[in-house]
Amino acid sequence: MSLRSPLGRVRGLGSAKQGVSHFLWQRLTAVALVPLAIWFVISVVSLAGADYSHFRTWLSWPGNTTLMILLIFAVFRHAQLGVQVVVEDYVHDAGLKLVSLIAVKFIALFFGVFAAVSVLRVVFVGG
Amino acid sequence: MVEFALPANSTVQPGKSHPAAPGAKRVKTFQIYRYDPDTGANPRLDSFDIDLDDCGPMVLDALLKVKNEIDSTLTFRRSCREGICGSCAMNIDGANTLACLKPIADIKGPVKIYPLPHLPVVKDLVPDLSVPYAQLASIKPWMQTQTPQPPDREVLQSPEERAKLDGLWECILCFCCQTSCPSYWWNGDRYLGPAVLLQAARWIHDSRDEFTGERLDALEDPFRLYRCHTIMNCTSTCPKGLNPAKAIGSIKEKIAERQF
Repeated sequence: MSLRSPLGRVRGLGSAKQGVSHFLWQRLTAVALVPLAIWFVISVVSLAGADYSHFRTWLSWPGNTTLMILLIFAVFRHAQLGVQVVVEDYVHDAGLKLVSLIAVKFIALFFGVFAAVSVLRVVFVGG
Repeated sequence: MVEFALPANSTVQPGKSHPAAPGAKRVKTFQIYRYDPDTGANPRLDSFDIDLDDCGPMVLDALLKVKNEIDSTLTFRRSCREGICGSCAMNIDGANTLACLKPIADIKGPVKIYPLPHLPVVKDLVPDLSVPYAQLASIKPWMQTQTPQPPDREVLQSPEERAKLDGLWECILCFCCQTSCPSYWWNGDRYLGPAVLLQAARWIHDSRDEFTGERLDALEDPFRLYRCHTIMNCTSTCPKGLNPAKAIGSIKEKIAERQF
């Protein structure tokens, strides 16, 4: 039970004075994903049935490597920002919320880097 | 986690039935949420059959008829009966609105009346609004200036500057939008909610106010402002036809604008 006044509770710890960066990144990655997703779908369709060496040649073209890595970055950044919002909305236990928010960032970073390294391995090492 | 179900002592149980007077021709059933904290009993849904030939056209008329003629313990707020005081905000037929502006004829089947959702209930249809009122106070809903006000005249505003307040000043603070917002249901302790953010926008867009930056500083917070996910329940429920979602969007625009 708390005898604190409603205004005291509402003002709480004050404004975090951040949130606009999350807002802007979510929209920037969303806008970037429109052309990247179209490019990706067209590429996958046009590569249907291709063998590994054909695919490797395709991916090794610098434009395709760059777009693929940008797509990976945009997808994982956007997903991380989105899941963060879901956690903030629905998880109210302070400890669980903190752990979830950190886990979401680590998981997105791990799989993002893993995917990018995989692309670079195909391009530069192959096999 | 968020609680999606009502706690056991808040589940609504069937209540008393009050049939219409014999000889009534146009009978309409009103199912009204009743809760009396003094009894310790669960809330219940009482049913009142009302002869519409002997009742005014609005839902508030029916509530007054119940209170005057059938059950004087029915408790609700009302004052102006013309949609300008915001007292009779409640959940009617599944949507938050003002009982005085809601025609009974608009509702098919029994008229279900509940208090505004997701607030503590004081009694029957009277919710506890102390947190929304504190949230309103927290955004300082008054003009703040550093320039001393001229002693001999009002602070001037061009017609274009004044036009920016249209769609904002008309809010009567009934909190229909506030309590229709799922984000406010889940995080009402930290999210300021559509009604309060619309008031904040009203002062942010006022050309005479000199503390716009401080106002934006106070709102730039993942919970206070950015819990708004443009769900738009606020806009669809507003009994005054205002657009709180657009007002919140304009605050986000202003905060983004000062980044560039």
